[in-house]
Amino acid sequence: MTTPSTSVNVNGRAQQLKSAPASPLLYALRNELHLNGAKFGCGMGQCGACTVIVDGKAVYACLTPVAAMAGRQVRTIESLGSAQQPGPLQAAFIKHQAAQCGYCIAGMIMRAQALLEKIPHPDEAQIRAHMEANLCRCGTHMRIFAAIGEVARAGLPAAARGAA
Amino acid sequence: MTPHETGRRAFVRDGALLLAFSLLAPTARAAFNAMGLPQVVDATLPGSLKSTPWLDAWIRIAADGAITVCSGKVELGTGVRTAMIQIAAEQLEVAPGAITFIAGDTGVTPNEGYTAGSHTIADSGTALLHAAGQVAGLLKLGAATRWRIAPDAVTLRDGRALADGRSMHYGEAVASLGGAGLHRMAGHDAPAKAPAAYRLIGQPLARVDIPAKVTGGASYVQDMRPAGMVHARVLRPPRRGALLAATDTAAIARLPGVLKVVRDGNYLAVIADDEWRAIEAMRALAAVTRWQGGDVLPDPATLHQHLLALPRQDIPIRDSGTVQAASPRQLNARFTKPFILHGSIGPSCALGVLENGVLTVWTHTQGVFPLRQALAELVGMDPAQVRCIHTEGSGCYGQNGADDVAADAALLARALPGRPVRVQLMRDQENLWEPYGPAMVTEVTASVDAAGKIDSWEYGVFSGSHNERPGNAGKLVPAWLLAHPIAPSPSQPMAQPEGGGDRNGIPLYTLPNARVVNHFMPHYPLRTSAMRSLGAHLNVLSIEHTMDGLARLARIDPVQFRLNHLDDPRAAAVVRLAAARFGWPGQPKRRHHGAGFAFAQYKNLMGYVAIAVELAVQPDTGAVDILRVVAAADCGQIVNPDGVRNQLEGAIVQSASWTLYEQLQFDQGGVKSTDWTSYPILRFSSLPRRVEVHLIDQPGAPFLGVAEAAQGPMAGALANALFAATGTPQRELPLAGHKLRA
Amino acid sequence: MSPPPRSARRLLHKRLLLAAGGVALAAAAALFWPHSAIAPLYPATPAAAADPATLARGARVVALGDCMVCHTAANGQPYAGGLPLQTPFGTIYSTNITPDRATGIGAWSPAAFERAMRHGVARDGHLLYPAFPYIHYTRMSDADIHAAYAYLQTRAPVAAPAPVNDLIPPLGWRPLLAVWNLLFLRPGNRIADAAQTTPALRGQYLVDSMGHCASCHSGLNLLGGERSPAFGGGHIDGWDAPALTGLSALPVPWTQAELVDYLHGGLSPAHGAAKGPMQPVTAHLAEVPVDEVRAIVAHLNTLQTSGALAASAPPAQRQAPTPPAASAAAQALRQRGATLFEGACASCHGASAPLNAINGRPGLDRSRALTDASPHNFLRTVHDGVARASAPAAIYMPPFAEVLSDADIAALAAYARADLAGLPAWDGGAVVRASAAMRTAN
Repeated sequence: MTTPSTSVNVNGRAQQLKSAPASPLLYALRNELHLNGAKFGCGMGQCGACTVIVDGKAVYACLTPVAAMAGRQVRTIESLGSAQQPGPLQAAFIKHQAAQCGYCIAGMIMRAQALLEKIPHPDEAQIRAHMEANLCRCGTHMRIFAAIGEVARAGLPAAARGAA
Repeated sequence: MTPHETGRRAFVRDGALLLAFSLLAPTARAAFNAMGLPQVVDATLPGSLKSTPWLDAWIRIAADGAITVCSGKVELGTGVRTAMIQIAAEQLEVAPGAITFIAGDTGVTPNEGYTAGSHTIADSGTALLHAAGQVAGLLKLGAATRWRIAPDAVTLRDGRALADGRSMHYGEAVASLGGAGLHRMAGHDAPAKAPAAYRLIGQPLARVDIPAKVTGGASYVQDMRPAGMVHARVLRPPRRGALLAATDTAAIARLPGVLKVVRDGNYLAVIADDEWRAIEAMRALAAVTRWQGGDVLPDPATLHQHLLALPRQDIPIRDSGTVQAASPRQLNARFTKPFILHGSIGPSCALGVLENGVLTVWTHTQGVFPLRQALAELVGMDPAQVRCIHTEGSGCYGQNGADDVAADAALLARALPGRPVRVQLMRDQENLWEPYGPAMVTEVTASVDAAGKIDSWEYGVFSGSHNERPGNAGKLVPAWLLAHPIAPSPSQPMAQPEGGGDRNGIPLYTLPNARVVNHFMPHYPLRTSAMRSLGAHLNVLSIEHTMDGLARLARIDPVQFRLNHLDDPRAAAVVRLAAARFGWPGQPKRRHHGAGFAFAQYKNLMGYVAIAVELAVQPDTGAVDILRVVAAADCGQIVNPDGVRNQLEGAIVQSASWTLYEQLQFDQGGVKSTDWTSYPILRFSSLPRRVEVHLIDQPGAPFLGVAEAAQGPMAGALANALFAATGTPQRELPLAGHKLRA
Repeated sequence: MSPPPRSARRLLHKRLLLAAGGVALAAAAALFWPHSAIAPLYPATPAAAADPATLARGARVVALGDCMVCHTAANGQPYAGGLPLQTPFGTIYSTNITPDRATGIGAWSPAAFERAMRHGVARDGHLLYPAFPYIHYTRMSDADIHAAYAYLQTRAPVAAPAPVNDLIPPLGWRPLLAVWNLLFLRPGNRIADAAQTTPALRGQYLVDSMGHCASCHSGLNLLGGERSPAFGGGHIDGWDAPALTGLSALPVPWTQAELVDYLHGGLSPAHGAAKGPMQPVTAHLAEVPVDEVRAIVAHLNTLQTSGALAASAPPAQRQAPTPPAASAAAQALRQRGATLFEGACASCHGASAPLNAINGRPGLDRSRALTDASPHNFLRTVHDGVARASAPAAIYMPPFAEVLSDADIAALAAYARADLAGLPAWDGGAVVRASAAMRTAN
């Protein structure tokens, strides 16, 4: 019997995911595709450490079954840039040293990316409201806020926006 | 068996153990709790050189000149990895990128006990400062020996020794030293380099670990994927003391992908070839498993009364002059704090493999050496055959589930030899089984004289244990669940000047008549251990709220009142700086608005922090809007000012969350804070609007720990600001919510 | 006699029409004559005038009346208004009822406040829209209205004018409201304090006046009035407000004790958490003494058409339901739903999930959203989740609209109905269409 597979576009590449259809996308990303960005924080959609972007919307990868992802576009933090060539949000986070343990940060950046792709210049209140979904336990919020705010004022260049 | 009987049985068992242990000499008892900690070899050496005096334990230079720096203190997300690289690179005259830095590996690095208590830069940083400084001197000596010149004539730069146009790399310089090379004991010379010449220490060097963390680079133990790795999930009981009544491991073992189901007494776990299959197997196992009984917890409505009635040791820690029974300008108060959760954002994870008779565990524990002792005891191996390698997890803020899941990894690696076993705790498992920040009570009676000076101060702090760290395998949750369980060694108070529940229980203020007692309860209804700043969070809040009350009685401005009682000029300097930058006392009084001030020197030994807070209370909802936080800090010679700021800002936000919102939910049937919904913490909507940190650098002065130094002052400043906003004393944590409604 | 000539007939019709128009005009003139303004208070009423007992009573009245819920915008100051209320007639924004003189009710005398509460007339005489349920508040006692006034005057004043309403023309023409009032407002009509001799009578007073439960749970007729008989079910803010009259005959019947838990604590261990508009309602009911909630339930019990509610019941034992027989296609749909459930839902709603095993939440088979004849509230819950709350109960559910397609949600619905609740499926096509409609409506 052939293993069922699900066709998903991940970070711009077509993938045939062999992970079980019921498996949350988080485990397919981490264990099948070896992408480290999205993290396990609660598995219940309460902390946002697993945040990825699906068809332009920030979602909890821990509650997104692979079966629901057929034919869809998934983006993880790895699609925004690398340590050598960071994307605008990543560069802002590095500039502001917006991390303590850093475990929540990939989720924060993806949530912020989704916001900036929808609202190019969100104000402070909009950023606060949008980022409410993501938790940081170390208390790095001020720097996360400052990094997002910097990119919010400048706006995301066209090259840094994913295809929706 | 009823829950009540189980509780009694636990008491009898623990009581018998207590009796046995109490027959041991105190030093032997202390030794049990100190298993795995380093012994002092030369108390006159600075920092951790005391216990690891060999220079090449810290600094190794290969034949080709490659530099490896080792430390026993690990990166917990505080930025110390970068700071320690700065220190070593400074003294060795190399770029930070030239250093390979290894921390927390029992096979490789010095034993520095736990990365805790804000000791890292003070202990490890000091050791590196001196060790690297002496190594630099030896490198010059080696080159000078080869070139037959005076060592003073040699300069070090970028990995090379230079003099009169000649140069050699550091590997050659070491070779030229002859004899044992760098394998020598540290001397007592001070580091050669003057602070004025520092090019790295004191600079806000960007953290070396952040680029990977923001781009998906492998950074955490959770990211490890060695060949052949398998995935495990444990099944913990629903509450402590519950016993396994029925299960069907055979059915679960037949599920697809399941490699093994482990049952040992009340200990259950599944190992599978795939993470999701492990989770599904865990769920299926839970569905066929029944537990019975369990410890009965106190009624949460009367928790603190219950705690005050527990057996305790009364340990005076300050007794000077005579305290007064009554006085016209006296106040007394009782403060309470609930159990709080460390709440690491990533539940604990560990990887273990048993291969060729060696057990290796990758773990985000704070203490690889004590953990190694405990794991060796747990699996019945010689500690020399057990290796613990620190690999980052998410922030722990003290003892979380890291050690427990390392024990799971050890047990399960043993169950499946040759395969690396990755064990990941679920959110509820981390929440229900981690050792909590203990619930505490403080009581104070204090008075001022007619001249506005404090003339009497009587203070008691009541707390359970703030240190249940392994050394002893019985401190690990999996050990309790085995068919042959290992009971924990008895809990012990932590001696001053560090203290446990009594940390910062003695005010820094000048108090001619003061009596302070540490009331230590060794048996608490819930498992507790160290959480960032330990007792200082509540003690500083209690002291600082009382200082404000006394200042009101004396009709003196609260900041001036503190200055009137501080002899230490560095303490006065941070108080003045925070007040000045805040514009104390701030805006004229408005309804539901308030400003508050607090100060403490962490442990009366480490970093000085003063904080002023301005906030507004929303009387219809009890919500607190923190408008402004202004902090000033002095932590001696600053290694990385941005690192210090990052830690202080984080501590300010975290302490706001603890102080205003946090409270572990439980009822008599067990802990109910299974997730973030049942244990809400501060989110972006409650974030302070502005936080400023002002640092006072002290070039050349000893490094003072600062990572925990803001927890107490932020709590005190909030309590004082809330009093200003509401007119109501703030004595029962958490402070926000229903209590603030008007 | 021969019929009148055509021109004469036309003239007669014209005269009759003119006469009818004149009568109508006269009637309208009588109705439409503007209400007089009540003079603003000068100087501002000092807040210290009210005693603590009145203020405590006022706090309770305001909680029972849910004033804060409608009069507070998202992320807005309490009572400062600005919340958009979607009605079939357009969007109405709630007004500022803080004691701000310029934009709130700070200049309103007690008489002006009472007139608004009983007659739907603002201080300056303009008519208020019945989105403000004055047809219910009119039944409040004098003491309760006065206490509410006193309490509101102690709130923090906020300068915030209400946004302009966006109603379907010509409904923005306020004098039409006079006609509406003629049809649906019965001023006064209250149960006297002294007559509230039983919990059920007290409950009737609470439900019919401050609670204004019928505003949502009765639904509206074409003229925007409440349907009769009351509590047959309605629709509010994108949710079904279920019928309250057949609670003992539901697939999962309610007991009185369970209703008290739900209303007073926002969570029934036997049925689940309050969702949507009931979340803030139960959050405020949690602040009033539980005896008031018991009274509400006692009154609800008198409205039951399917038999009285049991006082209480032992905790339901979780049992595996018997899924109804199904075609191969239906089984395939349910299987897909099971797969999706395992990955998206089971971490909270699975049988061994901590939410159930530790926190004692009921299975989904107990939820009215799943067992109701209409899939609407099930779909709304899956789309939007449940807003985060920590008091009175810890509640949260993330939204799934972005994660799951309508077809996937339909598969989940099929699985949940059959395999969790053992109930016949909802019409599959209707579920997909309703789910799709929710997306465009948002």
